Amino acid sequence: MSLLELHKVHAYYGAIEGLKGISLSVNEGEIVTLIGSNGAGKSSTLKSICGQVKIKGTIRFGGQDISTQPPHQTALDGIAHVPEGRRIFPRLTVKENLEMGAFSVKDRKIVKDRMERAFGYFPRLKERLGQLGGTMSGGEQQMLAIARALMMQPKILLLDEPSMGLAPIIVEQIFDIIQELNRTGMTVLLVEQNAYQALQIAHRGYVIQTGEIIMEDEARLLLQSEQVKEAYLA
Amino acid sequence: MISEILQTLPQVLVDGLALGAVYAVVAIGYTMVYGILEFINFAHGEIFMTGAFAGTAALLTLKSAGLLGAMPGWLAYLLAFVIAMLLTGILGIGIERVAYRPLRKAPKLISFISAVGISFLLQDIVRFIADLKTGNFIVTGITLYDSNLKVAASSLWSVFGDAFIKTNTIIVLAAAVVLMIGLDLFVNRTKWGVAMRAVAQDRDTASLMSINVNKVIALTFFIGSALGGGTGVLFAQQYGTIDPYIGFTLGMKAFTAAVLGGIGNIRGAMFGGILIGLIEMLASTNLGILTGGSFGAEYKDVMSFLILIVVLIFKPEGLFGKAIKEKV
Ligand SMILES: Nc1ncnc2c1ncn2[C@@H]1O[C@H](COP(=O)(O)OP(=O)(O)OP(=O)(O)O)[C@@H](O)[C@H]1O
Ligand SMILES: [Mg+2]
Repeated sequence: MSLLELHKVHAYYGAIEGLKGISLSVNEGEIVTLIGSNGAGKSSTLKSICGQVKIKGTIRFGGQDISTQPPHQTALDGIAHVPEGRRIFPRLTVKENLEMGAFSVKDRKIVKDRMERAFGYFPRLKERLGQLGGTMSGGEQQMLAIARALMMQPKILLLDEPSMGLAPIIVEQIFDIIQELNRTGMTVLLVEQNAYQALQIAHRGYVIQTGEIIMEDEARLLLQSEQVKEAYLA
Repeated sequence: MISEILQTLPQVLVDGLALGAVYAVVAIGYTMVYGILEFINFAHGEIFMTGAFAGTAALLTLKSAGLLGAMPGWLAYLLAFVIAMLLTGILGIGIERVAYRPLRKAPKLISFISAVGISFLLQDIVRFIADLKTGNFIVTGITLYDSNLKVAASSLWSVFGDAFIKTNTIIVLAAAVVLMIGLDLFVNRTKWGVAMRAVAQDRDTASLMSINVNKVIALTFFIGSALGGGTGVLFAQQYGTIDPYIGFTLGMKAFTAAVLGGIGNIRGAMFGGILIGLIEMLASTNLGILTGGSFGAEYKDVMSFLILIVVLIFKPEGLFGKAIKEKV
């Protein structure tokens, strides 16, 4: 049984249908990537999972139906979503941003331990604890956004275009960290326009176009597919 | 002319600070709600008024039960204060739930109109109850501390006149300071306080952190309203007589203070409140002197708004405001 399962999910923004019945699944321990171009429905997929958009269809997480759950409940269940554009709280300090990631944790000691563990991946954050989130560079904000999600100690990490607007070297660093996290057992659903790099670290991939899944396969096979090469790897 | 102004200055400062403290605590309620929902809770002035009546009613009830004489004045005061804060806090939560939450996705103007409706409703309900219980909607309550202290400012410098401080003025100032420091600590040092700021900055993302946004909004209304209601009790004790319409003017001034300080900024609201209180007292005492009698104390309100307009021309975001909301 998959950890996360979407079955014929439609997403609606008023009259606009952002997703037209997509189905996908993520197994425990996998990195699964969802690739597609602008407006394809990648963010809508993640928003559907988190209850941030009105949907039809079913979403199951760990066997439980979470289709109609409010976002904060989904987070409590162990789904951490690093949203598009990072969405750091601009006028909270780095430390406060991280603490918000562990909002549901009552024990301060545990919060501290998790913070230390996050610094293991992102040592630079430790030197910036007092800095306001909004004043950090794009790369630092992306790291903070991922660290903040890790503070939840989630069962799955949903990443929405973590490479957006970052220099190639930073992107590489971030993808390395995603892979490292996965090796320690973290399940990842990675949304990307940067198809080449995403497919390189993923186990499986889905291609989404105008709200529909048009291909799914092992990542290495998608990398070789003519259709994918032509449309997304050019 | 100068000597006349200096003569009254100590008294003006004392009264201005007390009035400013009242504005400041009420202003916090406007600014907190605006910070989180970006709309003006027009009914906040009426919550202040309801607090004034609730505290007064508590004291009158204690008196008619024969309990008031049996307890020390400070205890009765504290009781009235706490009862009013709890009642208005819960009232605030109720108003948000019934009148604002269903409209949260609608344009802000709609919520504003709903708030105006709540204002009238509260005025009428309070008026009805006060009329029913006392036979008049203008109520003179029980003043617990009416003694005066003399501050011998003249011995400091002979151009000053002496000031008289009501004991209650000191209570108003002390209570306001305690409330403001308490709130500041809460917002900056506690998890729920930080969550409140997180929700104000980015509601959707806050919910992804497992923060229950509706709970945080309810908490915001509770705190803002309780502060307003508690201040109502201070006001009733300070000025003796209250009516169901005191919330309008005071609310307007407090709102002005919030805008002056930078709407959404809690410390700004505190500062703006004190400033408006001082300006108002200075103006009401000195306008007549300065203009040779052509403009009197009745123009004091114009001064506050004049200052506001001047500040907003040069600094549209207010004294402590953030230029624009950073949004990705
Ligand atoms: N808030 C919204 N209101 C109306 N339509 C929306 C909204 N958000 C998304 N859409 C529409 O839903 C469709 C899918 O959008 P989505 O944001 O999921 O795309 P995406 O794949 O994440 O694109 P990008 O790579 O540009 O982030 C688009 O047609 C978009 O216009
Ligand atoms: Mg997107």
